[in-house]
Amino acid sequence: MDLFEYQGKQYFSRFGIAVSPGDVADTVDEAVAVADRVGYPVVVKAQVKVGGRGKAGGVKLAIDADEVRLHAGNILGLDIKGHVVRRLWIERSSDIAKEYYASFTLDRANKSHLGMLSAQGGVEIEVVAEENPEAIAFLSIDPTRGLDIETSRRWVHEAELDEAAREQAAQLLVKLYDCYTTGDCDLAEINPLILTPDGTVHALDAKVTLDENASFRHPEWEEYRATETEDPREKMAKEKGLNYIGLDGTIGIIANGAGLAMSTLDVVNQVGGSAANFLDIGGGANADVMAAALEVINADPKVTAIFVNIFGGITRVDEVAKGVLEALARVTIKAPIVLRLDGTNAVEGRAILAPHLNDRLSTEPTMLDAARRAVSLANA
Amino acid sequence: MSIFVDENTKVIVQGLTGGQGKFHGLRNRDYGTKVVGGVTPGKGGTDVDGIPVFNTVKEAVEATGATASFVVVPPKFASAAIVEAAEGGITFIVCITEGIPAHDEAVTYNRLVEDFPDVRLLGPNCPGIISPGKCNIGITSGDIALPGGPVGIVSRSGTLTYQALYELTQHGIGQTTCVGIGGDPVPGTNFIDCLAAFEADPETKAVMMIGEIGGSEEERAAEWIKHNMTKPVVSYIAGVTAPPGRKMGHAGAIISGSKGTAQAKMDALAAAGVHVCLNPTAAGEKMVEIVQAL
Repeated sequence: MDLFEYQGKQYFSRFGIAVSPGDVADTVDEAVAVADRVGYPVVVKAQVKVGGRGKAGGVKLAIDADEVRLHAGNILGLDIKGHVVRRLWIERSSDIAKEYYASFTLDRANKSHLGMLSAQGGVEIEVVAEENPEAIAFLSIDPTRGLDIETSRRWVHEAELDEAAREQAAQLLVKLYDCYTTGDCDLAEINPLILTPDGTVHALDAKVTLDENASFRHPEWEEYRATETEDPREKMAKEKGLNYIGLDGTIGIIANGAGLAMSTLDVVNQVGGSAANFLDIGGGANADVMAAALEVINADPKVTAIFVNIFGGITRVDEVAKGVLEALARVTIKAPIVLRLDGTNAVEGRAILAPHLNDRLSTEPTMLDAARRAVSLANA
Repeated sequence: MSIFVDENTKVIVQGLTGGQGKFHGLRNRDYGTKVVGGVTPGKGGTDVDGIPVFNTVKEAVEATGATASFVVVPPKFASAAIVEAAEGGITFIVCITEGIPAHDEAVTYNRLVEDFPDVRLLGPNCPGIISPGKCNIGITSGDIALPGGPVGIVSRSGTLTYQALYELTQHGIGQTTCVGIGGDPVPGTNFIDCLAAFEADPETKAVMMIGEIGGSEEERAAEWIKHNMTKPVVSYIAGVTAPPGRKMGHAGAIISGSKGTAQAKMDALAAAGVHVCLNPTAAGEKMVEIVQAL
């Protein structure tokens, strides 16, 4: 789960990482009130989960209440790459002497944590990595040992951060590592991490991605979930406990298992179609889950054919078949359905469907055949 | 021969008294696997359909001589269960649990490497391992596998593992061992571990490798194949049409920026001499062709 900048900063604060004083605002009046409280000049920042806010006019400096009013009015409602701004973060403007970059992520190849630190911050780290890789100090951290202050001090030295910033940065990085691990982040990134002319170091931005598998030990994440701006289809699917990702095509996909679902998208594409979604009903799905999946697909107006691709393992194909019939009894499914059913209890499942087959509900023997039929139905 | 397990492997099930543990543990036993015990704290002395249950792995190992463990416990407890297995003397751990936090996985993996270098972990979040006719630890349906070889299968995805088994079995081609390494970011056993074991196994004549988007394990495997593999490899990578930045079901299946794309993986494998196929059926057909020409 990606956090908004303001949530990332609030998350950082829990771990003692210094950020600029500020607060959120959903209206122009609130923005002015926050600015009055934190002190001018302030920066008015659009809260969207997409890069390039500055270029799109979503980040503005304001020296007084009138300017806050002007900028907040312009930015609220602004469409930035398809993300409409509903919330602002207003913070005290910082004088900047130097901009650095710092982050922690999992290094999957080495099964360790990877810290990246650079004296060249404020630009995209991918660009730095491409053009000037020696400007990044990489630190591999054994997850069983963690990051201690001595290692952190050596690291800021190696990264050639300015002398005035080093001790504070070293301390901050230990806190950021704590936030990353104890806070169960997939990514904790500060860009830029700044040194002010009066010699203090703090985070000017916050990019945090949380590992949703760790939700069970973070009840405080509930508030972040509430602000997730989701595709309405994805929201409906989540409420029904389904693993769904909305796409732009016309063929609704239902499969069991993430790999098979991805593979189904690929095969549909190979035979000339395009998928409307990724939907994994998971292992052990029963009739209820299948019916819920069909209802979610049915709610997507772009869908003109539905391809159900099931390879029973833990999932029993007879249960899937019952679910399809149940869904058909419960709601009018607008698009024709093509099924491919194999694996555990496939014979029983096909037998359940046999008396109900017609041109709106058909089965095909293989994944490829079913994909072809779905594409021809979608285009009909 | 098979890799990692065989007909003599004695297995305990951590979580045997739970719903999932009981269902799959008994299925594994019915398949012929030597399931010799279960472990559930506080339930020692009881039994599940005749299989004795112990309070700790250590007790179970001492009483049964088990060397393998099947971990079927919820995400919260899985990491501790894995470490307990290693401490208790188990050398091959299969963990099917889905949804373990990435940081827990990273710590557990490194803990095993540092303190228990002889222990192999398969998973988490994997379907397990089946050596047809000999041993089945995990959730794979035994009836879609065919004993006798000559193909070894290694896969990151559960259902695609079944699909691969099915494609081969349909054509009358058997498997030596089928290993599901799982779709999580820090798998205990990776492609290279399995490829190396298949390369060393005289009965395995060819390998089917099923990958997916995310990470760079397929690219690393390609590099390894280029320099070390003498046996033919057929590969299929899922997720060509997956959008960047979205986790496609598995925690590890995500394209970040330009990294982890299916195309990059397919290119790397093709450059290493692997037969790269565009869908599971095509991969099955390619393997038929290769086996017939052996």
